[in-house]
Amino acid sequence: MRAPTAPARRLPRFSLRRIAAVLGKEFIQMRRDRVTFALILGVPLMQLLLFGFAINNDPKHLPTAVSISDPGAFSDSIVAALNTSGYFDVVSATNSPETARRLLAEGKVSFVVEIPANFSRDLVRGTNPELLIQADATDPASSSNAVGALGELATDALRDDLIGPLAVRAPQRPSFTAVIHRLYNPEIITQWNIVPGLLGIILTMTMVLMTSMALTRERERGTYENLLAMPTTPVEIMIGKILPNIVVGLIQAVIVLLAAKFIFKVPMIGSLPLLFGVLVIFIAANLAVGYTFSTIAESQLQAMQMMVFFLLPAILLSGFAFPFRGMPVWAQWVGEVLPVTHFLRVVRGILLQGNGAAEIWPDVWPLLLFMFGMMTVALLRFRRTLD
Amino acid sequence: MSNGELAIDVHGLTKRFGTKVAVNRADIQVPVGEVWGFLGPNGSGKTTTIRMLCGLLRADEGSGTVLGFDFRAQPEQIKREVGYMTQRFSFWEDLSIRENLEFVARVYGLPNVKEVVTAQIERLGLIKRQDQLAGDLSGGWKQRLALAACMLHQPKMLLLDEPTAGVDPKARRDFWDEIHRLSDEGLTVLVSTHYMDEAERCDRIVYINLGDIVARGTVAGVIEQSGLHTFVVQGEGARALAPQLHGKPGVDFVAFFGAALHVSGRDPAKLKAALEPFAQQKGLTIQESKPSLEDVFIQLQEKGRGAYA
Ligand SMILES: Nc1ncnc2c1ncn2[C@@H]1O[C@H](COP(=O)(O)OP(=O)(O)OP(=O)(O)O)[C@@H](O)[C@H]1O
Ligand SMILES: [Mg+2]
Repeated sequence: MRAPTAPARRLPRFSLRRIAAVLGKEFIQMRRDRVTFALILGVPLMQLLLFGFAINNDPKHLPTAVSISDPGAFSDSIVAALNTSGYFDVVSATNSPETARRLLAEGKVSFVVEIPANFSRDLVRGTNPELLIQADATDPASSSNAVGALGELATDALRDDLIGPLAVRAPQRPSFTAVIHRLYNPEIITQWNIVPGLLGIILTMTMVLMTSMALTRERERGTYENLLAMPTTPVEIMIGKILPNIVVGLIQAVIVLLAAKFIFKVPMIGSLPLLFGVLVIFIAANLAVGYTFSTIAESQLQAMQMMVFFLLPAILLSGFAFPFRGMPVWAQWVGEVLPVTHFLRVVRGILLQGNGAAEIWPDVWPLLLFMFGMMTVALLRFRRTLD
Repeated sequence: MSNGELAIDVHGLTKRFGTKVAVNRADIQVPVGEVWGFLGPNGSGKTTTIRMLCGLLRADEGSGTVLGFDFRAQPEQIKREVGYMTQRFSFWEDLSIRENLEFVARVYGLPNVKEVVTAQIERLGLIKRQDQLAGDLSGGWKQRLALAACMLHQPKMLLLDEPTAGVDPKARRDFWDEIHRLSDEGLTVLVSTHYMDEAERCDRIVYINLGDIVARGTVAGVIEQSGLHTFVVQGEGARALAPQLHGKPGVDFVAFFGAALHVSGRDPAKLKAALEPFAQQKGLTIQESKPSLEDVFIQLQEKGRGAYA
């Protein structure tokens, strides 16, 4: 006969065995969910190939307008050189700089080459005239090669014209200045920045998605009641649900990094173990965000909406889509809160600049702070009852 | 088996959802080792009460203990000692039978997880299907799995919410034999059910209607308290009588039991008078009898509805 008021068995708040139990359950469920699993592995690869190539392509035949205020042999040479370079298609030659600029603003052309009045005279006199090149740099990665080619091109073109008595004006250095204005996007983002950036965005998206379903799914299937009726504590449930997804995130990271190295030839100067250390923190931070959503959302649909709400700023305000320093200050503050902002700096720093632990620390502690803060919110929000 | 100690001892248990009172000042005292039945119509508050007892819903009012623990302050302690079976199947359908049971065993920190689970699966007779996904089981087998799972950690008390809904008669009988065996060992059981035969197997029953506990006691006691008198009308044309008897003074309600008609009311004299005109009808026998538990429940439910209207 058992006494009803037996002294309570010791109640550990935290038991590794229970965490292992939840962990095991989550791994099995993840394995059974074939479609999700395929998506987890397929999505990063697809996105990487899609966006990696879309953004990094070295495009040719970009529509170009030339405004010629100084018609003549030099201008003709420049237009011909532009066309034969393969980078540019001169679709419009006008004598009005305003018309050319309007074409650029309307997006009809990507470049405007402006040959100022008296260009030939000044060139011949050697007073170093300016050749103005305006580039639509909203998609800078794709236009940067073309811009780079422009100055070179004009020099070569003119060298052939500076013959006879003018040959003295054809030195090694150009005797004119190509002034390049990158409009709409003063910072240049090279293609090497895009692929590491995609790593941050892909992880943010899939990791937040994975855990934002964690509790809502249990709630919708009715298993939440059972989970709560058992002696599992909120901390154990959270750890049990986050840990398996860290493994998933690391697999994704490996896929993306392999593609970055072998397909996109992104240089990897810094320490990979250091990068993976930061990756674990970054992945956990995003999983904590998703998990927090799942403690708040009533349904999987709501959780999904919260995820989208989080994803947009992660893409737009992190320095991935737009140059961070070009954003208004308030937007920079929002960006500073987001884990992906710091991760982008870290990953670019490690891969491209070879930064070490000391250099990346200013962006690592905010990640840690964010992760622990989010987990605390999740634990506070965790509902131990059904009402 | 009662030694006077109470496994459940709660007073004034109240739960509101918005303005709706789901459970209204319920007092429940269940002695250790007894099997109590929890009955009442759909939506009367059984599930809500059970959830409050095991800490899954916060009671708006009320105080008391469950297994000696303050049920409001110590839900975590209660959870370890109680086996709770939910009304709706709440195990993981994408885990196999074995995986579900192993998960439960691990969460409760049982030693020898594999052996314990194997023994339980053998007892269930599911050894051949142990690797089948729980979601693929038939409704009745899901119930049996859930029951096995909530007994795995040898709790001191079982809170079972309609554990035998959809379970076949043989399995139901096995289930109740098991319950009585465990109760002989000192296990306390509170089981909600809609089956009369199960209510009759309980030491005591509690009847709840629209959140109010309106009857409690042994089956005989509840029938006694009801003050109900029942006449059984049998024979040819008995069923045809029902519409004529409805609403007659003294007749509280008329219910079919197979071919027989149970006519019940609280005033025996009026009831007799109401039946008088049919007494001579040939082929009919009218006999006063003890009201069945079902008669009493029908009355309680009708009474509740009347009060509500
Ligand atoms: N989470 C909730 N939110 C709002 N109302 C609720 C909630 N849970 C239960 N109720 C209401 O409380 C009342 C009691 O419900 P409960 O589930 O306890 O009934 P029950 O006796 O278990 O019924 P059944 O026999 O159908 O299982 C019902 O009217 C129900 O609609
Ligand atoms: Mg119920």
